[in-house]
Amino acid sequence: MVAIEVENVTRIYQKYSARHRFQTFKSALVKGDLFQALKPDELVTALDKVTFKVEEGMTFGVIGENGSGKSTLLKIIAGITKPTSGRVRVEGKVSALIELGAGFHPEISGRENVYINGIMLGLTKQEISKKFDEIVKFAELEEFIDAPVKTYSSGMYMRLGFSIAINVNPDILLIDEVLAVGDAAFVPKCLDRIDDFRRRRKTILFVSHDLSTVERICDQVMWLKGGRIQKIGDPKRTIDAYLQDVAEKKEVDFEKRRRDVEVTQHWEEGRRENRWGKREIEIKKVRLKSMEGKEKHVFSPNEGMIIEMEVSAAFPIKDFVFGIGIFNSQGICCYGTNTHLEDFEPVLIQGEGKVICRIEKLNLINGTYYLDVATHKRDGYPYDYHRNLYSFLVSSLYKDEGVARPEHHWEFSPEIKIKPPQDRGLARSKRE
Amino acid sequence: MLRLIRNLKELYRYRALIYNLISRELKARYRGTILGFFWSFLNPFLLMVIYTIVFGIIIGPRDPAFGGSPWLYALFLFCGVLPWVWFSSSSLESANVLMIHGNLIKKILFPAEILPIVVVSSNLIHFLFGLPILFLFVPLLGRPYTLYLLFLPLIIFIQFIFSLGFSFLVSSLTVHFRDIKDILANLLTFWFFSTPIVYPMTFATIKKSKALRVFINLNPMTHIMQGYQNCVFFGDRLYWHKIGATFGLSLLLFFFGYYLFDRLRDSFPEEV
Repeated sequence: MVAIEVENVTRIYQKYSARHRFQTFKSALVKGDLFQALKPDELVTALDKVTFKVEEGMTFGVIGENGSGKSTLLKIIAGITKPTSGRVRVEGKVSALIELGAGFHPEISGRENVYINGIMLGLTKQEISKKFDEIVKFAELEEFIDAPVKTYSSGMYMRLGFSIAINVNPDILLIDEVLAVGDAAFVPKCLDRIDDFRRRRKTILFVSHDLSTVERICDQVMWLKGGRIQKIGDPKRTIDAYLQDVAEKKEVDFEKRRRDVEVTQHWEEGRRENRWGKREIEIKKVRLKSMEGKEKHVFSPNEGMIIEMEVSAAFPIKDFVFGIGIFNSQGICCYGTNTHLEDFEPVLIQGEGKVICRIEKLNLINGTYYLDVATHKRDGYPYDYHRNLYSFLVSSLYKDEGVARPEHHWEFSPEIKIKPPQDRGLARSKRE
Repeated sequence: MLRLIRNLKELYRYRALIYNLISRELKARYRGTILGFFWSFLNPFLLMVIYTIVFGIIIGPRDPAFGGSPWLYALFLFCGVLPWVWFSSSSLESANVLMIHGNLIKKILFPAEILPIVVVSSNLIHFLFGLPILFLFVPLLGRPYTLYLLFLPLIIFIQFIFSLGFSFLVSSLTVHFRDIKDILANLLTFWFFSTPIVYPMTFATIKKSKALRVFINLNPMTHIMQGYQNCVFFGDRLYWHKIGATFGLSLLLFFFGYYLFDRLRDSFPEEV
């Protein structure tokens, strides 16, 4: 037997309601653009010629993105809204879990709200009295049932609402994404209750974004897209098709974003932090140290520097290169090298390890420098590339210019009278 | 018409809900106050005291019907003000009620007309709580109880039907035209003074002007208020033809209001 029959149902909403028009009426009169204000509004089609049947005893899932018409469909089946055109036939008593605890009055106790809410959902007073203890027990609110509802947490509120609605004992249960707010303990309890419904061969219409639950409990799934049925049938296949669609949309979005980023990166050369590579060999930690092995970040031009990398290979790898690069604040590469360029022959890397690059003397001028470290294959395929992730400062008293500071010293023939610089500490190297 | 009657039958099924909502409304109103339900008596009592001081003692009665007694005038005033408060607060609350309970209308399938019915009914109960105060003051301020008091339930019933009709009209229209709420507040002030509440129909100015008399007599609330005044205060002179006509008009308003409400019903879930 058919429990729910939806035939050619279309639902059109006005984007701006009549009320809105009336509110603008006054301003329209003042501004004198009355005709413009009263012209027909834009229409939004929430459902477009939707036709399907749900057999009695079936659990029927409805999936789709936000705004695809799922909730409108549910409201139409529940009788809360009327379709603009088309026909809906429902066999049996319907209970709609569209918003739990809708109509709770905050000032009065949970007990009184159970009665009023129950009556609203179609129970008689006697039925509620009979089920009252069960409702309260299921909601785990025995202690609080006589407190005003305004003192409840949102979880308590939702539990009580769900407990009432599920105890209405309908022939057809409409569920709209209500489990999203429950905590880890309550949701499985609700799902148990829904399973119980299924065993008793009640019809359930289940709207949810939780696709794994939909796949688990539904016999048939319908995918709505823009108010139209995109696919209807086997849960697995419908959900897969839906996911495929969502993934394609994401890919397009991502691609577009990536292109935007690339363009901006091209323009603001350099300073962007970056890291890439699949990390078959991972550079876990990079430390900058003085020659004495003390971690530091400010160096003088004559000082040496130790770059220490902690690396780890996910599996034995035979093809690897370690490299470093030093960039100044203009993004110019002051120096770059790697083990391949210096003819090291990789044999094997396995597990954890340390790579240390000792620079005996930095020989750089005053300024901030950025360090690239990388490990990659000999052909350049990156394992782990850290771009500009580390920085250090070279502090020099000389205002010399350029990219690097080659070691040098001056000599003068005796005819030239010139005074050597005062010993200023760092200047010592000059005339050794 | 058939549909309306079927709807009314359907409403009977929901009587438990109506009953519960009214009791909820009454409970919630004084929840958290120290005096609780006592306020239902205290409010009209304090109102009575204020009217006695302002209109009875400071301004003083100017109509010969009161023989210059501020106490009698205060009692007369109270006969009209008490039911008027019922009518005006019902109307004002109705203007809001569908929006306040928009959640229910949008999320739960139930007849929305219950909401204005609950408003008018819970205000009726407040009015009924005020009646003992009124009755208490009748002998205290020097008036006898008469058999006309027995007609009081009839007058209350007529006002109930009239208020309901008006509430249906106001509540359903306000959903679409929110300005009604503000218009209504002003209209009710005007209406209050167009009804013989602070003055009796025997007032000299009214007696002289035919236009004024006709205008006031065309106001259905006039006859309802006069009904109260005649039953409680004067203890005579019930104008049956006027009361009958008012009853007829109340029924007409009730059915028209309900018809309009029913016609607009489908638009509520979207508009509230």
